[in-house]
Amino acid sequence: MRASHFCSACGKVQPPVPVDYFSFFGFPRKLNVDTGLLEREFYELSRKLHPDLYARAESREQEWSMEQSSLLNDAYRTLKDPIKRTEYLLRLEGVELEEQSKAATEKARATGEVKKQVVPPDLLEEVFELNMQLEELRMQKKAGENDPMLIQEIGKQKMSLEAKYEALLNELRGYWDQWDKLVDSGAEEDRRKVRDKMLDLLNRRNYVRNLVRDVTEALESST
Amino acid sequence: MSNDRIVGIDLGTTNSLVAFMQGENPVVIPGEDGSNLVPSVVALDEHHQIIVGNAARKYLIETPERSVYSIKRLMGRGMEDIQEELKLFPFRLAEDMQVGEVLRIQLGHQAFTPPEISAFILRQLKRNAERFFNAPVVKAVITVPAYFNDAQRQATKDAGRIAGLEVLRLVNEPTAASLAYGLDKKQNGIVAVYDFGGGTFDISILKLHDGIFEVIATNGDTHLGGDDIDNLLIRIALDDIRGDMGNDLSRNGEAVATIRQAVIEAKIALSTQPAIKLDVELPDGGRYQREITREQFEQLIQPVIDRTVAPCKQALKDAGLKPEHIDEVVLVGGSTRIPKVRALVEEMFKRKPHTDLNPDEVVALGAAVQATILGGGSEATQNMLLLDVTPLSLGIEVAGGVTDKIILRNSTIPASATQYYTTQIDGQANVAIHVLQGERELATDCRSLARFDLRGIPPMTAGMPRIEVKFLIDANGILHVSAREQRSGKEAEIEVQPSYGLTDEQVESMILDSFDYAEEDFRRRQVIEAGNEAGTILAALEKGKQSPAWGKLTSDEKKKISKLEKALNEVRNEDDYASIRKAIDALNQGTMRLAELMMDSAVSSALKGKTMDEADMGEAPMAGHPVAKADFE
Repeated sequence: MRASHFCSACGKVQPPVPVDYFSFFGFPRKLNVDTGLLEREFYELSRKLHPDLYARAESREQEWSMEQSSLLNDAYRTLKDPIKRTEYLLRLEGVELEEQSKAATEKARATGEVKKQVVPPDLLEEVFELNMQLEELRMQKKAGENDPMLIQEIGKQKMSLEAKYEALLNELRGYWDQWDKLVDSGAEEDRRKVRDKMLDLLNRRNYVRNLVRDVTEALESST
Repeated sequence: MSNDRIVGIDLGTTNSLVAFMQGENPVVIPGEDGSNLVPSVVALDEHHQIIVGNAARKYLIETPERSVYSIKRLMGRGMEDIQEELKLFPFRLAEDMQVGEVLRIQLGHQAFTPPEISAFILRQLKRNAERFFNAPVVKAVITVPAYFNDAQRQATKDAGRIAGLEVLRLVNEPTAASLAYGLDKKQNGIVAVYDFGGGTFDISILKLHDGIFEVIATNGDTHLGGDDIDNLLIRIALDDIRGDMGNDLSRNGEAVATIRQAVIEAKIALSTQPAIKLDVELPDGGRYQREITREQFEQLIQPVIDRTVAPCKQALKDAGLKPEHIDEVVLVGGSTRIPKVRALVEEMFKRKPHTDLNPDEVVALGAAVQATILGGGSEATQNMLLLDVTPLSLGIEVAGGVTDKIILRNSTIPASATQYYTTQIDGQANVAIHVLQGERELATDCRSLARFDLRGIPPMTAGMPRIEVKFLIDANGILHVSAREQRSGKEAEIEVQPSYGLTDEQVESMILDSFDYAEEDFRRRQVIEAGNEAGTILAALEKGKQSPAWGKLTSDEKKKISKLEKALNEVRNEDDYASIRKAIDALNQGTMRLAELMMDSAVSSALKGKTMDEADMGEAPMAGHPVAKADFE
């Protein structure tokens, strides 16, 4: 696949053909990626595709180099990050990822819509308690008070959430192994199961991330 | 050949430099006055001539209304951005300026946009380089602060075009510095470049790996630099004068310029001395004196230099690194000469910074390295490749005035993103896209980059069209947008309205306006070319004199040739194209017979079995020979 970036006869850059990021590097569509190898391949391809090498070439080649090299950079950026890589693969598999970004939250706020966000069941209790504490913190701030005990308590919650956030990544790695085994030989049914589990996990993880962000903001504004 | 010579230019807030690679080492090209630094000062003299650099500095004091400095602060900026600058800097906007228009600065009776003023500086650097090489220079790499946004980059590129330079690449200043550093050190590791200049601050963190210079994160403040320190000192002096003498000089341009000069000298001296005495003779005859200790100075500037801390922390965070992961901190920019700044850097990164490089020159030297890489490389730059990032996230405005980020900051460039749009009502033919740059969530808090109007969408039911819009940030950090309606496959027409900056038509017309200067450039180029041609002919004649053909000339002929030779030697270094040309033609004419004789002997040697080459006829001075010219075509 990689060979298609260059002319087989003269070695010069060719216009990009639409390929997915895995194929761009000549990798199978698997989630366990040797990031050391990925980096080496990235550097090697950069040395051949970067626009700096085509500064004196004809404008058509300059354009191809710019397109190829942006594709390379986009692909590298996506594949080197475990979460982005997983999300990308899920999208390739036809999954629409739930938009949990901060932009979406702000948008919902600005338009007055209520953003649908399902609290993961295993977090219900924690989230409930945390929201109470955050509300208390806001009230206190309004009244000009400052309760160090409360802040300490929220800080503890934050740490536990951060630990959870990390743990979810390890859990995700477990699904990667399952997925990669199923890529070549697995039944469609089994693959869908793993896929849905990963999607659920990513949503939970995003939820925890947003919580951590909100808590951090609340703590920063009250100290 | 020499037309391909690419120079590296550091277009700085305070000083500008031009450099090139001499063999394996980058070197700065000095100006006619022998100085490596060209102050970024532009003035209009009494004859309406543009004066640049050291020669322009005296006008800052004598005729402040016809001179300008620190123009870089206004590049790619709008009227509403510069209210703070206007309070602190003596920029005079053109009186007929409208909001929403590109800024125009009044110099005497003329008004110029910031890119035009920058172009005057670039033109001077170009000239310095041409004088040095004795050959035209038309291609350059120009550096910009890493934290420059799209509009500021575009404005810099426009300045290059107006100056008659093809800007092959805009390189981020700290990254350029790292190239000069890396060329020297050739070591792998993580390097932080702390670049605190006259008007801008940048921090870049790079991974150096077998010749690859990969920027991991960058941050900064395009309005933070030595200028801010100067302004604090000026403010104190003006307050003192008002207090002591009851004299408000803040509106007196000449007085402020005089004080500015004095406090800059004081600031520089305080980097090496524990205390200095300010002693300023004011234009109204008064005298301002004050002692400043280093301690007082350091206290005063603390708030300014503290502003560099947050960008450094953010860059480290974005890179996912802690200070102890940094193998070396490289200092760039004149403001890093201040001991207090060095102490701050040392404290922040927990290591002594690398100070071997000349902080004023290293950016230009790095630009020269990049120029060589773009020109095909040399032995020294072999394997060197720069992978830079975009400093700011690129976003588009979506419903509710929110920014939807599509390319995140610190993404390696070139980088791209594709978005899909559709229509809201039946038969809708246009879709508007508002592109923003910045990290904030609300569109109004981000920098408006441009409004793109997609036109000519084929009439369809609402929601049917599927318009693919591709956003691509190129290796210069400049955005390109293209669009295609996917159902019809039709390339959509895009009309771009840059929020700040010149349209292509405006740049074109400025290039035409600058024709006067271009004529001057053309004249200089002719002189240089003719001078070179003269050199080639004289050298060829020297060879001809050693050939047997010379002996076949009559003594009259020899005498006549010597006379013509002497005449050409006299004018060849003069700044007068016509007389050099005349002398060349005369010598060409006069050596016609010599050339013929040499040709004959070459032919007869060839007949005797020697090759033409051995007979050395190639260098014969022949009428109208094209040898010298070929270099410039």
